[in-house]
Amino acid sequence: MAEQAPSGGLRHGLERLGHGITSKIWRLGFAARFFLYILLHSGTAFGRFRLPVREIYFAGVLSLIIILVSGLFVGMVLGLQGYDTLQRYGSSEALGILVALSLVRELGPVVAGLLFASRAGSAITAEIGLMKATEQIAAMEMMAVDPIARVIAPRFWAGVISMPLLAALFSATGIFGGYLVGVQLIGVDEGAFWSQMQASVDVRNDILNGVIKSLVFGVAVTWIAVFEGYDAPPTAEGVSGATTRTVVTSSLAILALDFVLTALMFTGGNAR
Amino acid sequence: MKRSTIDIWVGAFVAAGFAGLLFLALKVGNLASFSTSQTYQVEAKFANIGGLKVRAPIKSAGVVVGRVSDVRFDNESYEAVVSFSIDAGYQFPRDTSAKILTSGLLGEQYVGLEAGGDGVMLKNGDRLRLTQSAVVLENLISQFLFNKAAEGKDGK
Repeated sequence: MAEQAPSGGLRHGLERLGHGITSKIWRLGFAARFFLYILLHSGTAFGRFRLPVREIYFAGVLSLIIILVSGLFVGMVLGLQGYDTLQRYGSSEALGILVALSLVRELGPVVAGLLFASRAGSAITAEIGLMKATEQIAAMEMMAVDPIARVIAPRFWAGVISMPLLAALFSATGIFGGYLVGVQLIGVDEGAFWSQMQASVDVRNDILNGVIKSLVFGVAVTWIAVFEGYDAPPTAEGVSGATTRTVVTSSLAILALDFVLTALMFTGGNAR
Repeated sequence: MKRSTIDIWVGAFVAAGFAGLLFLALKVGNLASFSTSQTYQVEAKFANIGGLKVRAPIKSAGVVVGRVSDVRFDNESYEAVVSFSIDAGYQFPRDTSAKILTSGLLGEQYVGLEAGGDGVMLKNGDRLRLTQSAVVLENLISQFLFNKAAEGKDGK
């Protein structure tokens, strides 16, 4: 009997582990099918143009304040810190390059993506989860309205459209913040700041790659957000858990994707 | 379908987003200085280009007059062939010489053009005859060390 207990516990643990893994794979497959379904049914969402526009308002316009203010402060901090390091090597004119490249390549897409995930992604999940909990989605199905075309696809496309625009605004205000601190406050030469920046920021290699990054992050964040909302257990606890999972999963997805994209984009480009 | 207040906010947001992208492309990047100007192509052979990269600036008297458009290896002469695209607004005599220079001690490398005295101007597809290779710091240092070592031997 004394030997039975640990082996029973072990079997129980193995069962739970197996169940956990199978359910994760199950969810992943469902999420992939859900993604394809959204893509197939997005024609209806764009046919009624009002729907995505309304969602862009909620996901994009209402995220503007946090994006612009954080962009400004991130740029200002980059200006201060970058100046502090660069002036040791007597190259404080390179501040423009440092601020612009770090914002356009990395910080713009990544920080805007993280903010977007916590500001708009969580709201999308909570909204869809509550619609499910209050049986609005079931009611739509009863009325032969496809909830994916009517509810999910407009939100998905609104996120995909908003994210690159928000990231571009984040980078632009960040560079302006770096300019304010570097040129106006510290006194780096204005001409050197802009001309060195223009000489080394490449439109295709740096700016376009940053836009592609933010587009990929937009797809990932909104996909995770709409899926978690749609898949949430229709209870108060389920919706709150799904909202948390959206923020955690999409933040991790952004950071992991960022590494992969950076490895693909910038190592090849720099080797030339 | 009526227009509503949401539309104006979304419109303003999309316009601001594109304005941000335009700002990045024009003011932060260098799209404007490139797509608009006409260029002509000139080639030059160098024994060693050091760390010269495609898109490095070409300067004459310190003014940027063009960019390096291509770097390749010539299999017959075992030399590097560098193509320059020079802004059509700048004309150079045919006997102009090209040097590979470094901005600052450890800065990026660029091509310096020194105008000659010929009356005939360079045209598209021409090749510069007079070139001077990049100074490779390692070679310079090892030369210096060898000289020092040789001096030391002679002194004894």
